[in-house]
Amino acid sequence: MKDIFKGQLVRLSAMDYEEFGRAYATWNRDSELMRLMDSGASVLHSAKAGKDFFEKMVEKNSPEHHFFSIRALEDNRLLGDINLDVVNNWLGRNAFVGIVIGNRADWSKGYGTDAMNLILRFAFTEINLHRVTLTVFEYNPRAIRSYEKAGFRHEGRIRGALLRDGKRWDMFFMGILRDEWISLNQ
Amino acid sequence: MKDIYRGTLVRLSDDSPELLAKAFARWDRDTEQHRLADSDPAQLWSEKKIKEFQEKRAETNSKSFRFSIHTLDEDKLIGGVGLWISSWTHAETWLGISIGERDYWGRGYGTDAMRLAVQYAFLELGLRRVSLGLHAYNERALKSYQKVGFKLEGRMRGEGLRDGVRYDSLWMGILREEWLALMETK
Amino acid sequence: MLDIQTQLFEAQDVRFGPIDHEAHPEIESKWTHDAEFMRLLDLKPARPLSPAMVKKQYEAVEKEMDEDKNLFYFTIRARADDRLIGKALIEWVDWTNGNGFVRLGIGDGEYRRKGYGSQALSMLLRYAFGELNLYRVTAVVPAYNEGGLRLFQKFGFVEEIRRRQALNRDGQFWDLISFGLLNTEWREQVKA
Repeated sequence: MKDIFKGQLVRLSAMDYEEFGRAYATWNRDSELMRLMDSGASVLHSAKAGKDFFEKMVEKNSPEHHFFSIRALEDNRLLGDINLDVVNNWLGRNAFVGIVIGNRADWSKGYGTDAMNLILRFAFTEINLHRVTLTVFEYNPRAIRSYEKAGFRHEGRIRGALLRDGKRWDMFFMGILRDEWISLNQ
Repeated sequence: MKDIYRGTLVRLSDDSPELLAKAFARWDRDTEQHRLADSDPAQLWSEKKIKEFQEKRAETNSKSFRFSIHTLDEDKLIGGVGLWISSWTHAETWLGISIGERDYWGRGYGTDAMRLAVQYAFLELGLRRVSLGLHAYNERALKSYQKVGFKLEGRMRGEGLRDGVRYDSLWMGILREEWLALMETK
Repeated sequence: MLDIQTQLFEAQDVRFGPIDHEAHPEIESKWTHDAEFMRLLDLKPARPLSPAMVKKQYEAVEKEMDEDKNLFYFTIRARADDRLIGKALIEWVDWTNGNGFVRLGIGDGEYRRKGYGSQALSMLLRYAFGELNLYRVTAVVPAYNEGGLRLFQKFGFVEEIRRRQALNRDGQFWDLISFGLLNTEWREQVKA
């Protein structure tokens, strides 16, 4: 049985909501980050509000939601979080994945790609999903490239779903199937 | 898309907690019926209490699916069948059935209901495996389950004790591909 | 020797102890991050837990023990310094019929492959048969857990059920094997 929580650059770890609340309060202040990851209006939450939000999420301990914090293997520092949300009560065996690398100094270093590979392995060999889906904004080419590298394929776009700085942008849907992931990872 | 609730002798349905409570209260007084279907001690709950149990059960539980069994010709409530997902991850469910009305024993009604429940597990819930257990002394059930396609997988020695006599329980399972192959030959 | 004076919770190198809500969550949290261990111990999807979540689980365990009275949970400690090295439990006790399910695991890697699992299982069985007076116990082991299979076979457990392809892990299907041991069988072993 593999240890599916360890990658090459990062490891998946439990979420400590105090630590997360604090980290998010800092990352929130980078509005580029917020606008890349969130379709809602960028808001500056306090560390306490962050902690309460994550605490509620984690407490539920629902088998449909899997949250992990991403930690660097070299020095164990918190890099961000990645989560899987199983939709439709398991019938379709499909989940949405979301990932954040919070500090821009940690972008483009392969951390996100490594974490995504770990979560896909978890999705396909531990909870045995059939497919993983994600949405990404048209103006986030770095993320789109990273997802393509991980094996996600473009499946469609919602036209003009976002309005920021007076311009309309599309939201892309990407997906990867279990068989596709297995072929890529033989 | 098939009508997966309709068999040849019975249909799967649901009933109000009041109606179920009345039926269960009556069936519970037939201890032969109870001892064939259940391993917990025979008990005589009031209709009021049984109604409470049923109301609680009716509250959405994403891991259990229970149906009433009605005859097709007279729409008579004769028993119940239930699926309890042991694991969405491993895509396996437990199956339990009881025919409360003894006039309908040994006439194919139970077997028809079992077939519908197994079909539901594979075609509607997309599961891989259905498992069940039965008392070794329940020969009628063993024959019925074998007819549906369940294979004997083991025997738990002395799992039960009734009237001072130790008896074994039998355990059976059917895999999706086995069931699909059976359906094909029909 | 089975008598009142022989300690139920002491073995040669390990002992059973209660949950320590202050010290143990941190240790057990580390085990939950070891997916290889968790996948041997549990059929549920591996999930890394923070110490806060482990503490909540401990509270739920003691609540269940108190309310349902069909769970008996022990921490396994090293006798040398009483530190937490694993867990052993008897669950789903069916009093009417005298049955229970046993499960155990050594979470601390340093303490594995030293025979401590055998010592812990020995204590657990004496408790199940000599203190709870169960008629039989069952152990459910995934086919990929060779250490587990060997351990229960060593104690004379008989393979009773093989649920074919019941598990899906690491892209493969595995059987789930159910072993049983009767009180009378265990008593014979202990006498010998």
